[in-house]
Amino acid sequence: MNGPAANGAPAIAVEGLECRYGGTTVLRDVSFTVSAGELFFVIGGSGCGKTTLLRHLVGLAAPAAGTVRYFGEDFTAAGRAERRRLLRTFGVLYQSAALWSSMTVAENVALPLELYTPLSRRERQEIVALKLAQVGLAGCEEYFPAELSGGMRKRAGLARALALDPRIVFFDEPSAGLDPVTSRQLDELILQIRATLGTTMVIVSHELASIYALADRVILIDRGARGIVAEGRPRDLAAASPDPRVREFLTREAEKA
Amino acid sequence: MRAVPTPAHAEAVLEGDRLAVTLGGAWQLTQPAPAWSRLRGAARPRVVELRPGQLDRWDSSLVRFVHEVERWCREAGVQCETGALPEPVRRLAAQLAAGRQARGPAAPPGNILTTIGLAATGVWRQTREFASFVGECTLSAAGVLLRPRRFRWGDCLAEMQQCGAMAVPIVSLTSFLVGLTLAYTGAIILRQFGGDIWVADIVGLSMFREMGAVMTGIVVAGRTGAAFAAQLGNMKTGEEIDALETLGIPPVDFLVLPRLLALTLMMPLLAMYANGLGILGGMVVASGILNIPASAYWVEMQSIIDLSDISSGVIKSVTFGVLVAVAGCLRGLQCERSAAGVGRAATSAVVTGILLIIVADAVFAVLFHVLGL
Repeated sequence: MNGPAANGAPAIAVEGLECRYGGTTVLRDVSFTVSAGELFFVIGGSGCGKTTLLRHLVGLAAPAAGTVRYFGEDFTAAGRAERRRLLRTFGVLYQSAALWSSMTVAENVALPLELYTPLSRRERQEIVALKLAQVGLAGCEEYFPAELSGGMRKRAGLARALALDPRIVFFDEPSAGLDPVTSRQLDELILQIRATLGTTMVIVSHELASIYALADRVILIDRGARGIVAEGRPRDLAAASPDPRVREFLTREAEKA
Repeated sequence: MRAVPTPAHAEAVLEGDRLAVTLGGAWQLTQPAPAWSRLRGAARPRVVELRPGQLDRWDSSLVRFVHEVERWCREAGVQCETGALPEPVRRLAAQLAAGRQARGPAAPPGNILTTIGLAATGVWRQTREFASFVGECTLSAAGVLLRPRRFRWGDCLAEMQQCGAMAVPIVSLTSFLVGLTLAYTGAIILRQFGGDIWVADIVGLSMFREMGAVMTGIVVAGRTGAAFAAQLGNMKTGEEIDALETLGIPPVDFLVLPRLLALTLMMPLLAMYANGLGILGGMVVASGILNIPASAYWVEMQSIIDLSDISSGVIKSVTFGVLVAVAGCLRGLQCERSAAGVGRAATSAVVTGILLIIVADAVFAVLFHVLGL
């Protein structure tokens, strides 16, 4: 969990990834690396393929070409058993939290623990309590997802993503549908979890406030270029990127203000 | 490539009245971890000290272990020293301890009287909802009669195809087999009296008066009633119904009425078709097994069936169509906003539909008897 990878490989290494959706190529020749413990943002306008890239990274869609490696291990070419093991190195928080609606919050968080750990029922309950306390939902075990507010649902989804203490967590538009205050609280939570557990975080977003507050490094994806047009620290890019598209995206708020 | 870390381990050494526990290795949830109950054995120390040894990676399993030790110490009145552990571990263990004290929502009391009371008010509420929904549909239908151009005829035609034409294969199969079964069962008795030919009367009468309408009703309840509930339930979950309401379009006008009309028109057609197939099934048995010529079968059946038999079947099938459509749409609109809710709505639509069909069929049996139909 904490500490660098044993073999010193980057947490995520993507090489020459090509993503197709239906018959059309959405992204081509995407390459980047994310080091362990980094807060990495994938940014870009609506419909540029951010979510498609995320789906390819977590294995929900198969890439047309290229490789994805987690801590040096090839995820794209992995066999069934190897793939299942690698899937446990990361957790995903979906845009709509994707909590299983027929289960309580506690059951949602406990399911991965039940399937993949040797813990007893009582021990699982303790881990569930810890995860919920970590995301600020202590005592909400017995609620059903439908009884929670949008922000609480996101937190519960995060607790489930963290259940197995993954080394990487993916976020798909974490602040979508949240008010600015709740959204900022979620940002703080992300920082706090990184500080305690050293988790690598990959966040797909177009929320400028979160990008500036959290990101160590960003890649900007552009719809026209069908790939990465910029990579670096958000403030550096906003100030000194030679590409006007990049400056425009990152300073949109500033210009308005 | 994969580096295999040393598994989690803990050593307990008793130094006087002080139990020193050294934690080492990689603590991971997916791997077995040392158990505190076995580790402490029968020792009764005054102080327990947790300290890190060759501690590799750690995750929540270490936090849980520390929490368990702390709790045991508190309960046994033993002093617990965790100061040497990494700061995040101590902080998370404190969070866990605080989280365990918080309470969730109180479960409803399990009193039997409360349960009966809740069930009774539930039945009353359901009856009221059903009645008011029927009322809404009636008002909406009256509105359509006044302004027929506002009715969504396109949707209605599409639904007719879905619930009528597309149901023909399954209705054919069930009704043919029902006619076949009726003929076989009738033949068992009639043969003993040499009255084989009356198989035609049994099959014809029971198809026209009962089985055609009831079997089609049950098939349609399972097929179309469930589909209505699932469609509307999904629309409710996706806030599509709310979007209609806020645009000032009553969901009953827009969604329920086209479906209601489509099924009400299609049901009698399906039932008449089912009657034909059932009679055909009986004819196959009669000519194949009982050696009755098809023409004799046909003439005998015509001698017993009159218009009142046919019309009673049609009246029933129209009623069943209305009941199935109302049950399906009502359950869909009552759906809870979740995937599980949509499933429950579909199940409930089928159960309600079939229940209403059986009850209505009994009511018709009494009614037709009294009226002498």
